Amino acid sequence: MTGAPPIVEMTGISISFPGVKALDAVDFRLFPGEVHTLMGENGAGKSTLIKALTGVYKIDEGQILVAGEERRFGGTADAQAAGIATVYQEVNLCSNLSIGENVMLGHEVRGPFGINWKATHRAAADVLATLGLEQLDLRRPLATLSLAIQQLVAISRAMVTKPKVLILDEPTSSLDANEVANLFTVIRRLRDQGVAILFVTHFLDQVYAISDRITVLRNGGFVGEYPTRELDRTTLISKMIGKDFATLRSLGSERQSHHYEPRGEPLLKAEDLGRKGSSEPTDLELHQGEVLGLAGLLGSGRTELARLLYGADKPDSGTVWLRGKKTDIHNPTAALAHRIAFSSENRRDEGIIRDLTVRENLVLAVQAKRGWFRPLSRKEQDALVRKYLTELNVRPADPERPIKFLSGGNQQKVLLGRWLATEPDLLILDEPTRGIDVGAKAEIQAAVAALAAKGVAVVFISSELEEVVRLSDRIIVMKDHRKLAELENGPHVTAETIVAVIADEGDDEEGDSE
Amino acid sequence: MTDVASRLAARRGAIVRNQAFWGVIAIVLLLAVNVVADPGYLSIGYNSGHLSGNLIDILRASAPILMIAVGMCLVVATGGIDLSVGSIMVVAGAVSMELLSGMDGTTGDAALTLAIALGIATVLGAVNGVLVSVVGLQPFISTLVMMLAGRGIAKVITGGQNTTADNDSFAWLANGYVLGVPVVFLLAIVIVVLVALLVRRSALGLMLEAIGMDSRASRLAGVKRRSLQLTVYSVSGLLAGIAGVFATASVMTVDVSRTGYQLELDAILAVVIGGTSLAGGKFSIGGAVIGGLLIATLDKTVVFLGVPAAATPAFKAIVIVVLCLLQSERVRSLFRHRRALRAQSQKEAVAA
Repeated sequence: MTGAPPIVEMTGISISFPGVKALDAVDFRLFPGEVHTLMGENGAGKSTLIKALTGVYKIDEGQILVAGEERRFGGTADAQAAGIATVYQEVNLCSNLSIGENVMLGHEVRGPFGINWKATHRAAADVLATLGLEQLDLRRPLATLSLAIQQLVAISRAMVTKPKVLILDEPTSSLDANEVANLFTVIRRLRDQGVAILFVTHFLDQVYAISDRITVLRNGGFVGEYPTRELDRTTLISKMIGKDFATLRSLGSERQSHHYEPRGEPLLKAEDLGRKGSSEPTDLELHQGEVLGLAGLLGSGRTELARLLYGADKPDSGTVWLRGKKTDIHNPTAALAHRIAFSSENRRDEGIIRDLTVRENLVLAVQAKRGWFRPLSRKEQDALVRKYLTELNVRPADPERPIKFLSGGNQQKVLLGRWLATEPDLLILDEPTRGIDVGAKAEIQAAVAALAAKGVAVVFISSELEEVVRLSDRIIVMKDHRKLAELENGPHVTAETIVAVIADEGDDEEGDSE
Repeated sequence: MTDVASRLAARRGAIVRNQAFWGVIAIVLLLAVNVVADPGYLSIGYNSGHLSGNLIDILRASAPILMIAVGMCLVVATGGIDLSVGSIMVVAGAVSMELLSGMDGTTGDAALTLAIALGIATVLGAVNGVLVSVVGLQPFISTLVMMLAGRGIAKVITGGQNTTADNDSFAWLANGYVLGVPVVFLLAIVIVVLVALLVRRSALGLMLEAIGMDSRASRLAGVKRRSLQLTVYSVSGLLAGIAGVFATASVMTVDVSRTGYQLELDAILAVVIGGTSLAGGKFSIGGAVIGGLLIATLDKTVVFLGVPAAATPAFKAIVIVVLCLLQSERVRSLFRHRRALRAQSQKEAVAA
């Protein structure tokens, strides 16, 4: 990348929406053969900048040079013609078509009798080969592939037009560590072929693992462009959130000082709790005021276990004692009545109700618990909403706005408020910090720590092992739908400890998992 | 000044986007057409203690439609549909006429009959509810079965005959007047207001919308989907039963093949015209009422203008298609675009 002129050069880009300046004089450069990460909190303007580059938005001011030529993008087709390809966070492929058909969709090779499928598949194979994916079977229907492989297929599809610039918008948000490693191999390969790659992610580890340079945005403004090796994490985060790192750091220490020794009768005790096909029988104890971490790879059965505890799925084996009394929790209504709350990992489909307002979303669980014939008065609702919007720092703090217009992090905070409003004794949080920005993440972690200090038992599930280690008093490690180990947290436990537990087990029972 | 103007424009925009607004416009237009045909159309007469005239007839005719439209509105809010309301109407009518024809004609008999007929209608609605919420059948199929079965049940009850009965108290429900206004319309309005209060003053409305928008998320939030669906389908059955009583009491005859026939479609139309999406979620009872009034006006207009019976469905269809087009945001933006283009070309013409 040394000496070569930038393939993309954006200078002084400004974009305004009615009432908001989404981007204010932002500069951005992208060189051939580099991986460049765009960093910033939700709402910092990352998506807007990407959309300016892909022709979705028209720029109000500034100029875009692609390969030294000034471009005015009237739409996405113009950007594509200029050699800019994009892979979005949500995989946009047809699950009923085969890999080959998906890769070549819209670029099928045509012969005298319509589409020449043989040549089309050959072309698809060529593209996959350049990405080092020749082992994939072109005829397999997409639906049979894991999300991670689908993501790779989506990238292959973007590479069909041989773009000079590839934009990857949060490609890793639903992948586990192994799958991320595979994806990175492919990204490095493309980089070495001279493709300029713009990468957006919320995972700091990944930023440092893959990117050569970082551009930081904050509140629509340009903060700076840095070579990755010259910017340590603390500085990066403080540049993103615009204040020093002390807030984040004090959180970790607060939690360690609160390390809780379980005593007395457990709040919840489960024996042989399980469900055929989703969760092996598991024993579990939970005490007031402790944070129990559930760690493990995606698909290890963490979510399934949490759903059994809440009655979201009906257990078919085992017994649960709640406060020493045998209790049957067979559906969410029963769980809420027993002061158990559960926040699903699937925020979009099982969390928020998109078309309801922030207020309605927040009071929904409390209202459901009371029954519809005992409505909360508007005053009570407003009081609840005001309390949690302030406490959890939801922005914008407008209760009457439909929740779909809030950013992911703020939606998550409203959901947290929904469950807190039911005053639970046991709160189960499944991936509460996935796909949200650093600031919101820190606020949610702080809320969890504060809850535990107040005596609430929290079950905390996260794919980010560091987060689990930082917050939990005890950690249950899961694999293949069963409990692998239970660790007392302490100074000796780190993310590596957990990885070692999972890996060791794999060595002992080679081939058991497949 | 411009500030006021822009605020006014914004308010006008909100009104125009409100789908029920177009329903009101349609009612006014239909009435205007009738006035053109007969300048005395809107006149309201007063003789022997009650009001009379075409408008009063429309109100009277709208009562059964209002009942089933409100019930339908609640069901649609949960993301369901109730195709059986017309058939439940005829069952309630058949039960009433069959019972009354064997009685003496006292007010007590009328009250007992009313209770039994409405009870049976509610049970039929509850059967729909159980099929949908407990068994998990699709609402379309469950209520389609009830739609077919209901008319069969009515025929069994009357032995296939169009039963006629005599009971002045029962007939008063449909034909009587209070303060000069038809009882049937007053009852309909009271019931609509009660339902609207129940839904909006309690949290029922929020719960129904939550189920209709996202049934998985609302289940995890502790919303009791099953019991709410059961309630809603039962209420829809009950309201259909009331509609059936209204429809049969006016002539004191149940026509097993015509009473309530295809009225489920009118109810669905009324709900949609009122701005409630068939996909479920946000619902508007006020909108459904306007939709119901429009359907009644349309029916009366068809008769008044003497549209030939064979052409009636086509006439209705045209009015409703035009209304739906007007309500469509997309069609309106197309018109706006063309207006803007024309304005521009005029300006250019002036400049040149």
